[in-house]
Amino acid sequence: MLVNQFLILAAVLFCIGVYGVIARKNAVLVLMSIELILNSVNINLLAFSMRNGSLDGHTFALYIIAIAAAEVGVGLAMVLLMYRNRRSIDLDELSEMKG
Amino acid sequence: MFAEATEVALKSGWFLEHAWVIPVIPALSFFLIIFFGKRMPKKGSEFGVASMLGALVFAGGAAYQWIQRVNGAPEGAFVSPVVKTWTWWQNSGISFGIGQHVDGLTVAILLVVAFISTLVQIYSLEYLRGDRRYTHFFASLTLFSAGMLNMVVAENMIQLILGWEIMGLCSFLLIGHWWEEGANSRAALKAFFTTRTGDIGLLTGTAILFFSANEWTTKTLGVSGFSIRGLSSWALSGDPGHAAITMGAVALFIAAIGKSGQFPLHTWLPDAMAGPTPVSSLLHSSTMVVAGVFLVARLYPVFFKGMDILGGSANFIVVIGGITIVIAALLAFVQTDIKKVLAYSTVSQLGYMMMGLGAGAWLPAVFHIFTHAFFKACLFLGAGSISHSSSHHSFEMKKDMGGLRKFMPITFGTWIISTLALCGVFPFSGFFSKDEIIDNVGHNGYNVFMIVGLAGAFLTAAYMTRATYLTFFGQPRGASAGEHHEEESHNAHATHDDHADHGHDTHDAHDDHASHGPRESGWLITVPLIILATLALGSGFLNAAPFGEKWENFKKWVEPSAEVVSPTGIAYVVGGVGEARVASDTPTDSTVVPAEVATDSEPVAIEDRAVSDSEGEAHSETLMATTASGEDSHSTEAVHHESPCGTETPEQGVCMAPQIHHAPFKWSKAAMSMLIVLAGFLISLFMCIQLYEKKNKKFVGLTERNKALGFGYKLLVNKYYLDVLYEKIIVRSIAHPIAGAVYSFNQKVLDGVVNGTGTTAKRIAGWVYRNIDQRVVDGAVNGTGSAAHGAGSALRPVQSGKVNQYGALLFGAAAIGALVLVIVNT
Repeated sequence: MLVNQFLILAAVLFCIGVYGVIARKNAVLVLMSIELILNSVNINLLAFSMRNGSLDGHTFALYIIAIAAAEVGVGLAMVLLMYRNRRSIDLDELSEMKG
Repeated sequence: MFAEATEVALKSGWFLEHAWVIPVIPALSFFLIIFFGKRMPKKGSEFGVASMLGALVFAGGAAYQWIQRVNGAPEGAFVSPVVKTWTWWQNSGISFGIGQHVDGLTVAILLVVAFISTLVQIYSLEYLRGDRRYTHFFASLTLFSAGMLNMVVAENMIQLILGWEIMGLCSFLLIGHWWEEGANSRAALKAFFTTRTGDIGLLTGTAILFFSANEWTTKTLGVSGFSIRGLSSWALSGDPGHAAITMGAVALFIAAIGKSGQFPLHTWLPDAMAGPTPVSSLLHSSTMVVAGVFLVARLYPVFFKGMDILGGSANFIVVIGGITIVIAALLAFVQTDIKKVLAYSTVSQLGYMMMGLGAGAWLPAVFHIFTHAFFKACLFLGAGSISHSSSHHSFEMKKDMGGLRKFMPITFGTWIISTLALCGVFPFSGFFSKDEIIDNVGHNGYNVFMIVGLAGAFLTAAYMTRATYLTFFGQPRGASAGEHHEEESHNAHATHDDHADHGHDTHDAHDDHASHGPRESGWLITVPLIILATLALGSGFLNAAPFGEKWENFKKWVEPSAEVVSPTGIAYVVGGVGEARVASDTPTDSTVVPAEVATDSEPVAIEDRAVSDSEGEAHSETLMATTASGEDSHSTEAVHHESPCGTETPEQGVCMAPQIHHAPFKWSKAAMSMLIVLAGFLISLFMCIQLYEKKNKKFVGLTERNKALGFGYKLLVNKYYLDVLYEKIIVRSIAHPIAGAVYSFNQKVLDGVVNGTGTTAKRIAGWVYRNIDQRVVDGAVNGTGSAAHGAGSALRPVQSGKVNQYGALLFGAAAIGALVLVIVNT
């Protein structure tokens, strides 16, 4: 079993995700990018779990999927609230946290 | 091996071996519609219709080749399913695949699903023209069919669950298609949550069966405990413990209750009428609600053993089915909405299927799925045709319909044919399936349930007469008479798809709605109606028991033979990839077929041998004798027609289906049920004329004068108070105490702790303030403060308030941290 391809795929996904988080202005797209990052981690876990022939990685991946679902629920709720209050989900306009 | 020999004799074909393509076509089409649909000239509907036509062609090819395969097999021999698997997931010795398991049942349901889906999509082209979410409607409809097709071809339980859940999702999307209306989105949620309640049973049951069966199936068949063929033969092998298989079967049946709208989880089905009519038609005839019945039929050996069908006087399945028939049929009497009458009629017919399955009438129940799909789809599409063209999108029979037979001859004709089929009138298709169910239920010793079935037939005839009378006879009323409803009627009946309000607002094709009177619908609607009505009339002849054996083709093609076969012979594995290869490479382990048996190549001989085994003494000699000479095996064939499958443990080889007997057809029984149906027609017609035509004082308002009848009426109008029970009592009694307990815990315990900590902290703080802070710290703080001020103004640009920059900083820091980690570790 070649783990390399899996790792490369995961790295590519991770980079796409990081790029999305940094560069996109749309809050939903940023959330989607975070999902990509989480899933790239999942791929890594599964790849190593398969190589070692243990179920640990699968279990972790399942947990990550469950937590990612919860996270995206919270995230989307925040996006919805943002939209209700400002009629926009553009992250650039959201600079109230400016110190 | 004899198994190989039989397989060589059995024909296969390209379509049979590639049946897995059937669900893949609509699934791909779903993505095409989602991504490119809006840019296409027909807004994506062409992908949907084309993919369903493709699936239909493939399903037709598979059906044809399956019939060839059965016809080519020796009489009474077990025709092995065509199986193909790929490994989907594997780790630490557990694995499951994805693939196909094609036998008679699969082929029959595939054909029905593909056929009805095609017609419904064609019908939707007209019905939803100009709808706001036209493209998404077709996408969901296509995925819906894909889910059902996937479930039907599923090779194992995981794949089956996949299809099952896709359907749950799509039904949610489609029922809530016009979600701007609050009632529609509530109905969608209700459907989703109610079926999810049952789905817990599916997951639990699958897990129970997997952990009980996996060891046996891996050892004997070389397949995992998820596979359909593994579970089926395991259930009949004598290996399963009583508790395990019973619990597994009950859990799976709870899933079927939720999905197939059986009592007490039927409440979502009538509310699901909030969706567009083509959706109701598809949902109620061939996909979604049939899924539960299909699950029971698919894993029939598990239910057969787990529920002890044919063993006792009553079992879980037959009781639930019987209750469902009667309560749903009674509810249909008090509905004024034509679609709700049909919805309750579906619930009642599903009750027949379940009762049939529970009483050992497997084939009639499956045949009823087949015939019911045609006439129920036709009835729903007919109701849609009325609302589309005559009653301004209203489904109220009492208010907006009546006298439509003159204006809509085609809709009327197809409606009448389907109604007669639904009521089971000879020679319409419903007769051949429903009557067979009732007959076989009685034949298998469930006399009470035979009477329930007959009572259901009476009620069916009566409520359908009422609905037909209100819709097509008398004088046109309300919208059909040209009146246009004002807002108050829309508000009062907000659950119906009065989508003239919002669905068509971007389009002007329907602007003339207010002016036109009732008329016949366009050909895109009438042609599917005519095709379905033809099948509602004719499909019964596929299994026309009254005309003798020669007409029982459906039985021959679909019913698996209850033969004892070798473990390698239970499936014809295509290609032999993944786990399937194990099945053919390692033939047997625990139930080793003796060497002398292996030399034989006649499947008939195996049956004889197993029976002679059960006869007891000197069986080895008999064994030698039967294997030695072909004549012997033929002479004993007639004597031992009984198969041990289902009743006792097969000693050599495995079974795939329990031995079930069919009731011999008698005209006297059929005549009796015909008389009951006729009585239903006549009594209901009499009552309708008295109530709605002549307004006879004796009958009008009877429910208000007579206390007992009034009580019954109130009970029915409130749907047995089941919704109240679920929403007000169960949900409240579970959710509210939890909320209350959490609140009081919060108030008393947490707040107490917090307050106590607070006061203590205050006291300590006071002391610290007086003694340390004032004297020691302040001096240091002032110094630090000015230092922090300087650092803050230096770092201020970093705190831009832009989330993306924060993200970039986070990842930058993480990258530096990772780099440091790598350097330190190397």
